[in-house]
Amino acid sequence: MSEAQEGMFGVSGTGDTSGYGGLVRTVANPGSTERPYGGYFDQLADDLERAYPDFADAITKVVVDRGELTLHVKKERLVEVAKVLRDKLLFEMCMGVSGVHYPERTGCELVALYPLLSMTKNQRVRLEVCTSEVDPHIPSLVEVYGGNNWHERETFDMFGIIFDGHPGLTRILMPDDWDGHPQRKDYPLGGIAVEYKGATTPAPQNRRSYK
Amino acid sequence: MGLEDKLPSGVLLSTVEGLAGYMRKSSVWPATFGLACCAIEMMALGSSPKHDISRFGMERFSASPRQADLMIVAGRVSQKMAPVLRQIYDQMTAPKWVISMGACASSGGMFNNYAIVQGVDHVVPVDIYLPGCPPRPEQLMDAIIKLHEVIGDTKLGPNREAVIKAVEEAALKAKPTIQLGNLPHEGMFA
Amino acid sequence: MTQQEARFDPYAATRETTEGTVYSVTGGDWDSLVSEIGEAKEERIIVNMGPQHPSTHGVLRLVLELEGETVTEVRPGIGYLHTGIEKNMEYRSWTQGTTFATRMDYLSPIFNETAYCLAIEKLLGITNDIPERASIIRVLMMELNRISSHMVALGTGALELGAMGPMFFAFREREAVLDTFEAITGLRMNMAYVRPGGVQQDLPEGMTVRLRELVKELRKNFKDNERLLVGNTIWMKRTEGIGYLDLAGCTTLGITGPVLRSTGLPWDLRKMQPYCGYENYEFDVITADTCDVYGRFLIRMAELEQSLRIIEQAIDKLDATHGQPVMVADKKIAWPAQLALGADGLGNSLDHIREIMGSSMESLIHHFKLVTEGFRVPAGQAYAAVESPRGELAAHIVSDGGTKPYRVHFREPSFNNLQSTSAMSEGGMVADIIGAVASIDPVMGGVDR
Repeated sequence: MSEAQEGMFGVSGTGDTSGYGGLVRTVANPGSTERPYGGYFDQLADDLERAYPDFADAITKVVVDRGELTLHVKKERLVEVAKVLRDKLLFEMCMGVSGVHYPERTGCELVALYPLLSMTKNQRVRLEVCTSEVDPHIPSLVEVYGGNNWHERETFDMFGIIFDGHPGLTRILMPDDWDGHPQRKDYPLGGIAVEYKGATTPAPQNRRSYK
Repeated sequence: MGLEDKLPSGVLLSTVEGLAGYMRKSSVWPATFGLACCAIEMMALGSSPKHDISRFGMERFSASPRQADLMIVAGRVSQKMAPVLRQIYDQMTAPKWVISMGACASSGGMFNNYAIVQGVDHVVPVDIYLPGCPPRPEQLMDAIIKLHEVIGDTKLGPNREAVIKAVEEAALKAKPTIQLGNLPHEGMFA
Repeated sequence: MTQQEARFDPYAATRETTEGTVYSVTGGDWDSLVSEIGEAKEERIIVNMGPQHPSTHGVLRLVLELEGETVTEVRPGIGYLHTGIEKNMEYRSWTQGTTFATRMDYLSPIFNETAYCLAIEKLLGITNDIPERASIIRVLMMELNRISSHMVALGTGALELGAMGPMFFAFREREAVLDTFEAITGLRMNMAYVRPGGVQQDLPEGMTVRLRELVKELRKNFKDNERLLVGNTIWMKRTEGIGYLDLAGCTTLGITGPVLRSTGLPWDLRKMQPYCGYENYEFDVITADTCDVYGRFLIRMAELEQSLRIIEQAIDKLDATHGQPVMVADKKIAWPAQLALGADGLGNSLDHIREIMGSSMESLIHHFKLVTEGFRVPAGQAYAAVESPRGELAAHIVSDGGTKPYRVHFREPSFNNLQSTSAMSEGGMVADIIGAVASIDPVMGGVDR
C-alpha cells in the first residue's frame, strides 16, 4: 500500500457512478436521398437540371428530410444556382441566411443555409453551402436577393463567414470593435456565476447537464 | 374648500425639506428608456386607462433627458446599449433617480451570457430594483410609490451631506453579499 | 477670360464674388436656380436619431443625411438589444427553450413559441399527433396575440405621428386581451404557454363564456379607433403616399406581412401553407393596393376583425372538444405536469402527485426524466414558419440527436422589413420616416434577438 486512504466516502475519477459515462451514441444525420423524392421535389429537381446544365457538378447532395428539400451547393456555384432559381424557377424570395458551425467537420465547418420561397408556385427549397474555418469565404447573394444584406452581415458577425462581394460587411449585432464570433461553438457563452448569501449558482455553461 | 380654509389664521408651517420633497415627488417626469418587454408594461402603466400614471403627475414621459427626473431602465441592456445608457444618465440634470425595472435590468435576468450587462448597476447607480419578468404595471406603480416616499424624505443642505457620508461609510464597512450567509462553514455550497 | 467676357453679364445665373457665390434671378428661372443650389453639397447635415428616441419603435438608431427637410440617406443601425437568445438556447433543453424564444418578439410571444414548437414537432415527426384541442387553443392564442400586437402597433404608430387618443383606446383593448391571457396562462406577457407537443395546460372552466364576452366587447370597442382615424383628413395627409414600397421592392428585400399585402399580393401563410389546422377556419386575407402607410394601417384595422372571426370559430370548436387532451399522447415527449390551483398557488395537482408517487412507477420515471433531462430529438434540420402580425416568422432548428438544440435560428420578419426603411424614406421628409417605420412595425427584440 503506497498511499493512506482517508474516510469511507469520496469521489474517484470523474465521480460518474451511473455507468452512462462510457455511452457512445452515433448521430445519424440524414444523408443523400435517392429518387423519387416525393411531392413537388422531383419536378423541382428536373426543372433545375434542365435550366442549369451544370447541376450534377454544382449540387453535391440532395437531401429530402421531414418534408423539406435541401440542395448542397458548391460555394463557387452559389450565385449561378441562385440566379437560375430566381429567374427560371421563380423562387422570388430568399428568407435570409442561417449559419451553423460544425467544428468536427474539418474542411467544411461553417455552413450557411438559404431558405428560398416561391410565392407563385407555393414551394420552398433550401440551399446549403459550406466553407472551412481557415478560409471562410462564400460569395455574396446581395445582388441576387437584396434582402440578404443584413442577414449576411449577421452571419459574418456571429460566425465569421466572409461574404465576397457584399457592399458593406461590418458587424451588425455586436459593437463594431467586438472580438470573436459569438455563435461559434468554441466561443464561450460568457455567463457568470450568480452570487447569493454564502453560495453561488454556476453559470449555464458550467452546470451539470445532460448531453 | 381647500387646504387654505382649514389653516388656523391662514398660516401653514412646514420645513423646506418637506415642501421640496412634496413638490419633487408630485411631478416626477420619467425619461423614455424602454428597451424590451418591460417597456410595453411601462407603456401600459402610462397609457392604459386601467393603470393610470397621471394620478402621480407622471404621464409626461420626457424624451429629452434634460427635462427628465426619473430613468426607468425597462428591459435588457446589451453591450452595445450600455454606453448609450450611461450617456443619457449623465445628460439628466440632478436631482435624478433610477428604477431598474425587471429582472434583466436588475441583474441580467435569465440572460446570463456575453451579450447582456448583468445588472444596470454596473453602469448607473440604482435607487429601486423591481423584479419581475415583466413586472405587472401594478408592481411598477408600487416601485414608483416607494420611490416617491424616498424622494419625499430627501434631506437638503448639510443634512444631505451628512446622509451621504453615513451611507458611504456603511457601504465601505459592509461585507459583500456572498459572505453574508450563515452557513456552517465557508464554501459549503460553492 | 477675355475683357468682354469678364464684364458683368446680366443673364448669368451665378458669379463668384469676394463674399461667395451670388445668384442672379431674372424671373422664370427659379427651377434652374434651385437645382444649381441643390448640387452644391454644403447644405447636407447628418443627424443621429439615436437609440433612445420616443418615435423610433424601440432601440433603433437612424443616421439621417438631411438636406433641409428632405432626407437623402437613411442608415438604420441595429444591435442595441442583442441578447444572444439563439446561443443561450443551445444550453437549455428543448422545452426550456420556449421560455427564451418567447422573449424575442415580445409583442407576439405566442407566435415565437409556436414557430419554435412546430419546428421541433416536425423534427420529432409528431405533427399529425398533436391533439386537435391543442391546435385549436394554439390558434385561439395566436389570434388573440395578433389583436394585442396590432393594438400596440396602431397605438404607438398614432402616438408617434402625433395622435394621442388612439393610444388610450388601443391599450384599453390590449388590457382586455391581456386579462384573458392571464386567466388562461397565468401571465400577461411572455407566457411560455405553447410547449413542444401541445400547450402547457387546458383552459380553465367557463373560459369559453368569458371569451365570447370578450369578442363582443372588442368588436364594439374597435369602432372607437376606427372612427378616430379612418377617413380623418389629418391622418390621411400624414399617411397617404408615404413610405411607398411596391411589389418588386418587397420581393427583393424579402418582405412579408402587412407591408407585402399593402402592395396587393394576398400572401398569407395561414392560407397558403396552413399550420395548426388553419385550413378549417374561414377568414379573408386583407390586402390594399396603395403600397403606402395608410394602406398598411387599413390592413391592420381589418385584420382585427378577421382575427375576431377566427376566434369565434375557435370558441365553437373548443366547446365541441371539451375534455380532450391538450398534450401529445406519447408519454416520452409530453410535458408531464398536470397543473391545478391549490392552496399555495398553481402547481401539480394532488391527483398527479398521488399517481406518480404512489401508483405508477412509469409516470414517475417519465416525470423525472422529462423534467431533468428532457426528450431527445432525432438529428436533422427543420424550418417551420408562421404568419406573425409582422410577417413570416420562422424557426430553423438543427438537432444533433440530443436533449438540447444544436443550433436555433429565427427568421424574424422585423429584421427583413426594417431593411426597407431606406427604400421607403429616402427622398421624403424627416417626419415621413416616422410614419414609414411605424407602418413596418418593427419589434427590436426580434430584430436583434
